[in-house]
Amino acid sequence: MALLQISEPGQSAAPHQHKLAVGIDLGTTNSLVATVRSGMSSVLIDDNGHALLPSVVRYLEDGYVEVGYEAQAAQSIDPANTIISAKRFMGRSLAEIDVSTQPYHFVETPSSSEKMVQIQTRSGVKSAVEISAEILKSLKKRAEKSLGGDLVGAVITVPAYFDEAQRQATKDAARLAGLNVLRLLNEPTAAAVAYGLDNGVEGTYVIYDLGGGTFDVSILKLSRGVFEVLSTNGDSALGGDDFDRRIFCWVLEQSNCKPLNVNDTRLILTKAREAKEWLTDHANAQITSVLSTGEVIDLTLSAKKFNELTQTLVVKTLNPTKKALRDAGLTINDIKGVVMVGGATRMPQIRLAVADFFKQTPLTNLDPDKLVALGAAIQANTLAGNKSDADLLLLDVIPLSLGLETMGGLVEKVIPRNSTLPIARAQEFTTFKDGQTAMSIHVLQGERELVTDCRSLAKFELRGIPPMVAGSARIRVTFTVDADGLLSVSAREMTTNIEANVVVKPSYGLSEEQILIMLQSSFVAAKTDKQARALAEAKVEATSLILAIEAALQQDSALLTPSESEAILASLTSLQSLSNGQDSHAIHQATEALNAVTETFAAKRMDASVSHALTGKDVAKLDL
Amino acid sequence: MAISLTEAAASRVEKFLANRGKGIGLRLGVKTTGCSGMAYTLEFVDDMQPEDMAFDSHGVKVIVDPKSLAYIDGTELDFTKEGLNEGFKFNNPNVKDECGCGESFTV
Repeated sequence: MALLQISEPGQSAAPHQHKLAVGIDLGTTNSLVATVRSGMSSVLIDDNGHALLPSVVRYLEDGYVEVGYEAQAAQSIDPANTIISAKRFMGRSLAEIDVSTQPYHFVETPSSSEKMVQIQTRSGVKSAVEISAEILKSLKKRAEKSLGGDLVGAVITVPAYFDEAQRQATKDAARLAGLNVLRLLNEPTAAAVAYGLDNGVEGTYVIYDLGGGTFDVSILKLSRGVFEVLSTNGDSALGGDDFDRRIFCWVLEQSNCKPLNVNDTRLILTKAREAKEWLTDHANAQITSVLSTGEVIDLTLSAKKFNELTQTLVVKTLNPTKKALRDAGLTINDIKGVVMVGGATRMPQIRLAVADFFKQTPLTNLDPDKLVALGAAIQANTLAGNKSDADLLLLDVIPLSLGLETMGGLVEKVIPRNSTLPIARAQEFTTFKDGQTAMSIHVLQGERELVTDCRSLAKFELRGIPPMVAGSARIRVTFTVDADGLLSVSAREMTTNIEANVVVKPSYGLSEEQILIMLQSSFVAAKTDKQARALAEAKVEATSLILAIEAALQQDSALLTPSESEAILASLTSLQSLSNGQDSHAIHQATEALNAVTETFAAKRMDASVSHALTGKDVAKLDL
Repeated sequence: MAISLTEAAASRVEKFLANRGKGIGLRLGVKTTGCSGMAYTLEFVDDMQPEDMAFDSHGVKVIVDPKSLAYIDGTELDFTKEGLNEGFKFNNPNVKDECGCGESFTV
């Protein structure tokens, strides 16, 4: 007979229509899967009672794949085919990672469309997406076995600093594993949700996440049920493992050991980790071991000594924390709560240091290893439709930046990508030519600098701008994206309040593949884009100066001596011809030259207009 | 006429209610759907209806509407684990036949 779970009032599912959804914490070192049963989020365990699944994948002969503890055990005997920390390679190209520190055989990918690193294993070439998919498959199997049915979907967590390519890679891995991704959720947000902060007081929270090998600190702002990531910082090479290593070194020092072989190193590291965990609620830890050389190690490590050994590591986590606060423009007085995530935050010295730094006790009553998965499960349960609509969370971001075309075919970004929905941003623009009465608003999406490289979403015109000198009209353009991702753009001339607007659906017709390709090209093309932007800007500057000088010459050429006039004309012609070329530097220099040569002209014009204004007037009657 | 919980079920329900932070008890019921006639429903209760019947079992308030009670009177609700799966199980003496999976039944 099927086992039932308690539903929310009125939300009982029909038989065989249970909406089973899970939250997955796809971690660098360990991964977890959790679900909500009878209104309570809990982590699902495997047949051996383990909640954690080490994020390790080993490729064996005959295409067989091992995931988790088995694979982890083989790490030292089969390093080339046992992939750890694949998350570090997600959405990354070979150029972006430090190959020298990795034991794997990386493969150059010839095709330009696949930029992600690939690793040669005995089962063929594998990408980080495929490796992560194996971890997800294993968790999916565990979930289906535990819940007794197919999953409707999963919420998978990603670090807040993950860019679009890394998020896309995570989604692709899920698709490969046969999981329907309900949403990607930022890890710090998931931790906050697990503590129910989303139902709580609005305010700013710090999520301090010290995992096995990485440290992340995020500042989240909660307003109207939406979490916004204000800033993130961290150290990708700092974690609980470093604390083990400090104990390991201390053991070697104390016992005057010679350099250890691989097995002894692993043995002592394991003892070190056990001692670290023991010291969480004991004053002393005994480290005893017999090495393969016959040497006997028998040491007592006091909590006090352990604190001394690791003091510098603790301090190392506070520097990124300070930076994150500074980036968010906040002080510790603005922080409503501190959430501790990651197994390493069990260490008393960490808790003390954090409490001391923020002058408040951090939240530690939930298991710091499971927090992220528990929060993801709560979100998955809501998204799968097991709760009433009123509880639905709005936690979505804009996948690509939205902006406007400006002079010279450049894109001015108004809403940067990854902004949380809903959002509204306004920016003021002005006219380029004297007497300009209309402005064409061209709405674009993409990360590139030039209009031609971005995707055009809409075009509309604002007419009826009163004729004014170039640069004096104030046109406020407002971009608004609602919770469903629907974009509306409005333009308003501030002196007359005339207005025009348009409604667009930003990602309409843009497949995820296209989004990925667009993003990748923006990373690859960053340098050429920068040059193109410089050239376009130089041309705009040159054109505007040429227009101004020509107008001035027409009006006031009488003020110039023949030699002055000649110099200006020569300089003007030179800039005109250069501004049609491709050399931004030369255009810039010629613009400067023309500026310099016309300085006296400008001064003369100024004098002339002042004396013209004053001619025949009594100083006493001037309205000054 | 009574509905009861096993001790294991009662302690679970208490825990879930505490975790939920609100709710006065547990509602057991049936609805006419499914592959074999009737299906059980199991929900948290925030508001009682005037016609509802309430039973107390190991400190947990069990609420049933009178229509459902006819089908599940005498039922004992248990909490069990089957392999990795865990959940509530209706031991209903009125059942004559149930579908293969046990999610729906006939009386």
